[in-house]
Amino acid sequence: MANLPLENNDDFAIRTEKLCRDFGKVEAVKNLHLQVKRGELFGLVGPDGAGKTTTMRMLAGILDPTSGSAWVDGISIVDDPEGIKEHLAYMPQRFGLYQDLTVMENLIFYADLFRVPKKLRAGRIETLFGFSRLGPFKDRLAGALSGGMKQKLGLACALIHSPRVLLLDEPTNGVDPVSRRDFWKILYELLKEGISILVSTAYLDEAERTNRVGLMHQGRLVQLGEPRALKSMLKGITMELIPSDPAKTRTLLRNMPGLLDVNIFGGGLHVRIPDKSTGEAILKRLEAEAIEVRSFRRIVPSMEDAFLYLIPRGQEEDKSGVSAE
Amino acid sequence: MNIYRTLAVSRKEARQIIRDSRSLYLALGIPVLLMILFGYALSLDVNDIPVAVWDQDRSPQSREFLDQLTGSGYFRMVFRTENYKKIVQAIDDNTITLGITLPHDFSEKLKKGRPTTIQALVDGSDSTRAGIAIEYLKVIIATFESDVKLAELNRQAVLARVRQPVDPRIRLLYNPELVSRNNIVPGLIAIIMMVIAALLTSLTIVRERETGTMEQLISTPVKPNELIVGKLIPYFALGYVDLVMVYLMGEYVFRVPFRGSLLLMFAASGVFLIGALSIGFLVSVVAKNQFFATQFALLATFLPTFLLSGFVFPISNMPDVIQSITYIVPARHLITILRAIYLKGAGIEIIAFPLFMLVVLGFLVSSIAVRKLKKKIQ
Repeated sequence: MANLPLENNDDFAIRTEKLCRDFGKVEAVKNLHLQVKRGELFGLVGPDGAGKTTTMRMLAGILDPTSGSAWVDGISIVDDPEGIKEHLAYMPQRFGLYQDLTVMENLIFYADLFRVPKKLRAGRIETLFGFSRLGPFKDRLAGALSGGMKQKLGLACALIHSPRVLLLDEPTNGVDPVSRRDFWKILYELLKEGISILVSTAYLDEAERTNRVGLMHQGRLVQLGEPRALKSMLKGITMELIPSDPAKTRTLLRNMPGLLDVNIFGGGLHVRIPDKSTGEAILKRLEAEAIEVRSFRRIVPSMEDAFLYLIPRGQEEDKSGVSAE
Repeated sequence: MNIYRTLAVSRKEARQIIRDSRSLYLALGIPVLLMILFGYALSLDVNDIPVAVWDQDRSPQSREFLDQLTGSGYFRMVFRTENYKKIVQAIDDNTITLGITLPHDFSEKLKKGRPTTIQALVDGSDSTRAGIAIEYLKVIIATFESDVKLAELNRQAVLARVRQPVDPRIRLLYNPELVSRNNIVPGLIAIIMMVIAALLTSLTIVRERETGTMEQLISTPVKPNELIVGKLIPYFALGYVDLVMVYLMGEYVFRVPFRGSLLLMFAASGVFLIGALSIGFLVSVVAKNQFFATQFALLATFLPTFLLSGFVFPISNMPDVIQSITYIVPARHLITILRAIYLKGAGIEIIAFPLFMLVVLGFLVSSIAVRKLKKKIQ
């Protein structure tokens, strides 16, 4: 989609057009077309080095694009990078708050920077403490919080000025599962208030919780769609196979004709096959090789299955960047 | 520039300074330590020069000369010898700076009114000290000489007492005892404040960048000048505490007389402090990491300040090119101001030019720091 229809910018919380960023010879982001609707929870998924953080930073106005442009809340990040900062909240991947200040001091500092009116503060902080449950820890130094609590504080500080657009760069990286679930609950609450959210993640189970997902790979948007739609792109049947020797089984099956995909998943394998007869062929083959099969059953494919299918294996180049919309 | 955001940055920075107690102790302790080290070590006064004497004459005249030498307070007799080699050896192993040999016909020639000689061997390895020792020695010899002449004249003229025709009466203004410490301490205050101030701020920006807080900070609407001025305020207060401490040390530890206006001294030092802190900011904005920032701040302030401020080497003796370079060294101007206020009790009209230069330099450096501080990821 080279020529984007000239829609009203205001329909989109975020819109990028041919956005590129190089670091020397490395093209971190290549020709990115991305559109996040107002009130949408958009997930940017991809392996490390896919260009997610670079994209986030450009959208936050703290990194200049090499070429192309982007608008956040209708304001150009190229022409007015400071203008977007008033209504935007950006939470970097690395904890960006002051570890030697208390929870409350961090919140007040950010409230001051965004010039949140004094009379609104008490109510807003109460709301933020309500969902983050940071209230009891308000006098604790940020550095003494747990990983999950730190992320919630980061989010609370980001939300202190009631932003219209929220950029979250791998917010749940290194956070325990319970805190992750809590964190996503908060995001849904924010969505109800009409905030548009762009969240990047390397966790594919999290990508499934978004309204739409963009798969990034080597600086490009490779696929885009609702999580269910992406998963439905998987052809065939997805089977979970738990053999006695997963590594050997994988090598064996990779060389077997008729299989769509074989990937290691936890202690077993996910095998995608075109029909049931291939499944029987697999079992026979494994029996012949004296590999014990502990379990072999059909499963609903996960985002990860879709992801591994949609991102080209190895370092070979994929086709030109697929645009959103 | 928004005053509330600026003050928010100040409050946050002040909290961090107070909570980082180790750095705070260093910030307050180092100036005192430097003051003690330099104040005592950097004395340019030459006293008690160790001397060895070979008095070949052993006459009342030779003894009188030696009494004048040691009685002056500048020279201290270490040993007498009958051996020339011992004198040379003592100079070699640093036990004496000066070796004096009085010839065996010293008194005889004096009595006959014929010129005699005094041999002085001086250790020239420390040229300043050697030069001063020679000057002292010349004065003592000249005094001795005129005493001898007067005594001779008085002996010849039976009736009238002869006086010295010219009796020089030199009065030193401003530092009557020529105590070099009185000159050193004001200069020392300037040097210490320069180095400490630049070190204080050299970490502030680069530390935020290294710990990752900068990334969050620059995503807010805060402006570069709000950040710099906001951070400057608490460090200015801290620098001022240092300033008062080193001033009090000059007053009560080194007993340097203070003749001028305290208000003027602290006002001028305050202007200087802003420039010095801004140099630290500039280093911090440009530096890639904290280690580089401290090293560079130390080097960039200490060397030019020490060499080009007129603290040790008089600026008037420098080549013209170097002299003009000294104008961009803030400490040069502060030293001029402090010496004028401390020793001469100078008023604002005397120090107007160096003060003006401090204002210009402070404004220039802080503007460059603000300009260089980009709200972008490096």
